[in-house]
Amino acid sequence: MIDLTTLIPMLMAASTPILFAALGELIVERAGVLNLGVEGMMIVGALAGFATAVATGNPYLGFVAAAVAGAAVSMVFALLTQVLLANQVASGLALTMFGLGLAALFGKAYEGIKAPAMGPGPLGLNWIVWLGLASVPAIWWFLNRTRPGLILRGVGENHDAAHGLGHPVRRVRTGAIAFGGAMAGIGGAFISIAIVLQWTEGMTAGAGWIALAIVVFSNWTAPGVLAGAWLFGGVTVLQLRLQAAGVAVPVQLLSMAPYLATILVLVLISARQKFSRRAGLGAPGSLGQNFHALR
Amino acid sequence: MKRRQLLASAAALGAMSLAIPAFAQDEKLKVGFIYVGPVGDGGWTYQHDLGRQAIEAEYGDKIETTFIESVPEGADAERALTQLALAGNKLIFATSFGFMDAVVNVAAKFPDVKFEHATGYKRADNVATYDARFYEGRAVIGTIAGRMTKSNKIGYIGSFPIPEVIQGINSAYIHAKKVNPDVEMKVVWVYSWFDPAKEADAAAALIAEGVDVFMQHTDSTAPLAKAQEAGALGFGQASDMANFAPSPRISSIIDNWAPYYIKRVGAALDGSWKSEGTWAGIGDGEVVIGEITETVPAEVKAEAEALRDQIASGAYHPFTGPLKKADGSDWLAEGAVASDEELSGMNFFVEGITAQIPQ
Repeated sequence: MIDLTTLIPMLMAASTPILFAALGELIVERAGVLNLGVEGMMIVGALAGFATAVATGNPYLGFVAAAVAGAAVSMVFALLTQVLLANQVASGLALTMFGLGLAALFGKAYEGIKAPAMGPGPLGLNWIVWLGLASVPAIWWFLNRTRPGLILRGVGENHDAAHGLGHPVRRVRTGAIAFGGAMAGIGGAFISIAIVLQWTEGMTAGAGWIALAIVVFSNWTAPGVLAGAWLFGGVTVLQLRLQAAGVAVPVQLLSMAPYLATILVLVLISARQKFSRRAGLGAPGSLGQNFHALR
Repeated sequence: MKRRQLLASAAALGAMSLAIPAFAQDEKLKVGFIYVGPVGDGGWTYQHDLGRQAIEAEYGDKIETTFIESVPEGADAERALTQLALAGNKLIFATSFGFMDAVVNVAAKFPDVKFEHATGYKRADNVATYDARFYEGRAVIGTIAGRMTKSNKIGYIGSFPIPEVIQGINSAYIHAKKVNPDVEMKVVWVYSWFDPAKEADAAAALIAEGVDVFMQHTDSTAPLAKAQEAGALGFGQASDMANFAPSPRISSIIDNWAPYYIKRVGAALDGSWKSEGTWAGIGDGEVVIGEITETVPAEVKAEAEALRDQIASGAYHPFTGPLKKADGSDWLAEGAVASDEELSGMNFFVEGITAQIPQ
């Protein structure tokens, strides 16, 4: 009924923005920082990437610029939370609003301009989709098999202990925030350069919030992030395709399925924690807490 | 010393800010707008904002306008409307269907403020409604779509299954079918007025099903960008979207709110404003068919323009019987035309559309 050879590439492309953003946020949260500014960093990346792609005619340079711009705005958040020790939730929300406003202001000049064409890569998907996919094992390997990954996790689990061992907690966290910003920027640029093919104000339309939900859904693991991104992206694409094919689908039910799945995953994980005393919720121990070295 | 200076200057600042409202006490009519999307959407909200600019140009310093953009439909709309009312706006335009209940609630709290709600149907002494007969324009572009499709599959990106959108789908289908009996209509609902990524995905889903000409009832230009990439054809929606001409944008339906806004602000200024429901179409210049580009053969263009003129003059109504509903039951007898009341509550597809309306 629905051609899988066209459905799967569509699914992979549709989930790429949230995959990038969620992988970035995964690293941020594993370092113990809760950055709710994903949406703001994405939209800044969407504009910076689009503007650069238009100016240079090279969409890949656009993605580089988007990563730089995303990391740059995330430094505002890093300054607030790591240096000035401001509340992370409030700072993150402020970053979202700041990013949306900033992009809207500078985006006026880019309305109605078309993006340069991106040549298709393998299987008709461009290279950024494959880069996103390759980032999943890379991030898993970094977190679980490398020494810097271990330090990052240590900082996120217990920042006092990490500090006691001599690890630079705030520097590690600032680096993680910058990485998260760069990934969110790439994700945003994918929306403007590869999906929508133009700049429109407010175009990320909540993708950053879905990325945040996916990190929770993933139980703070890289493979889980991929599964979550495909679930969210897949449901969106699948329900549109089913509708186009004329199948009567309960759109509202299908649209809320990923959120239901997120709640279900949370319930299952916390139940496992309660009854088996084994691995519990994967949320890092120091998530959302600011660190201030007393000694 | 320094601290004392600081306190003194703070006091002076306070006095100044108190003084500002006193200066502002003049006879300007303050007109407020809330928009569902950003003014830069290139579609629906953009057109309403052109209307706002038109009243500024018309009445100059007799009025002062403000707008709040990207207001979500729902509880937040009440906050935005209340904010505008408290800021002294005496005439407030709420430009999306989903603001309806918020407008009614806020209007009850501010009886001396006049409200205008676009595309809704709930009125009160200080709430007027206004709408455009988009379905008249849909008849014209449906004709073009029926002629231009090679796969005989045309598509429609719907926002929400509300009468305004369903009228458009029916009208487009009826007129596409009239010129191309083999035509098939595929409908995708995105449940948003403005979500460029989702609109683009919806366009891609239609294209993957073999659709080569589609229409949209969502606000961004993303579907046209997708059409361009895939070699499909589409139409400007709400705004002309002329930078996608001559292809993929082969024509457009333009919402021209400026004449209505100028008339209503004028009425508010001279005191003749009263609550009423306005539903204007092609004949009144509120719905405009954008230029039909050279991608469309001359005879199709002539046919579409003839239909447009017939609708404008009132000689032809897009919903003229015989028409049946999708479930096979009779709707309009030979020669009968749909009443405005029937149209404003339309919740069914006409015969031939196999898609279901989500309930």
